[in-house]
Amino acid sequence: MTIEKYFIYLAVMAGVTYLIRALPLTLCRGKVKNKFIKSFLAYVPYAVLAAMTFPAVIYSTGELASGIAGTVTGLFFSYKRKSLLTVAVLACTVAFVTSIL
Amino acid sequence: MVSNIDKINYLKDFKKGMHDGIPIALGYISVSFTFGLMGTSSGLLWWQTLLISMTNLTSAGQFAGLEIMVMAGSLIEMALTQFIINLRYALMSISLSQKIDDTFNLTARLATGFGVTDEIFAVAASRNKTISKYYMAGLIITPYLGWASGTAAGALLGAVIPKAVSSALGIAIYGMFMAIIIPQARDNSKYLIVIIIAATLSCCFNWIPVLKNISSGFVIIICSIIASVIGAVLYPLEDEVEK
Repeated sequence: MTIEKYFIYLAVMAGVTYLIRALPLTLCRGKVKNKFIKSFLAYVPYAVLAAMTFPAVIYSTGELASGIAGTVTGLFFSYKRKSLLTVAVLACTVAFVTSIL
Repeated sequence: MVSNIDKINYLKDFKKGMHDGIPIALGYISVSFTFGLMGTSSGLLWWQTLLISMTNLTSAGQFAGLEIMVMAGSLIEMALTQFIINLRYALMSISLSQKIDDTFNLTARLATGFGVTDEIFAVAASRNKTISKYYMAGLIITPYLGWASGTAAGALLGAVIPKAVSSALGIAIYGMFMAIIIPQARDNSKYLIVIIIAATLSCCFNWIPVLKNISSGFVIIICSIIASVIGAVLYPLEDEVEK
């Protein structure tokens, strides 16, 4: 791949990604009054993260045993309200230990 | 007129944002490390890999984009793939536009647009008050530095990291996702149901023969729209959205 080609790819990639995020934020002024839309928008982030996490998390380490062990660990400690970082580190640690056992 | 008290509050808000961004940044380091490693092992130079992270700031989109670059795919394919995988950010940006306060002028909106990621959005959205541009700037800067430095580290030292370590790091980002959604599900059964619907649909799309040919970017959009619509129809939120 030539340097020119690289920069064209980069511009398309970054440009599309930026516009998708910036346009709605710039164009949506004022508060939404409609109860349905308000509820829909409140649910979206949690639904997106749930759909991204399951079932991808169990395959995320490249082998099922460590993936499942890490998932169970993550679910347990997030239920216990541990912080984002604590949950991530514990899930990685358990996945790592399981994979070398 | 901006008084000194206002300035102190702005600074406090900025620092609070940076602080809240630390766990995101640490989670990002592991994921972007993997991206850096993949970039150089697929033939990109280290700075080319780093520049992708610094101009895109998106996980799934970058991994897909890297593959298209390496396979010499068309520019249309690149644009469409980024559009589909990242369309969820448009939903998040609309949702975020409802939570920002009047410190957000046009410049702040254009700048914040660059930093809307799943995790930054989730942390901002789960905050139970309106958001100032100072808080948002802090919340974006720390993860951005983590994302960029992780990519640089992966691109430069990837080859010397043992496979078992880099594989285990793959679960980090999902640990963060769980830490965001599970406490919310525990506190509020309406969210629990929406989360279960989205997760179940996503599993169907991954495991049922015909459905699993649909690209992952589409799957995320379809599942989250269906789950959120069902939630909004069956369990409309009253004042919970207001706070």
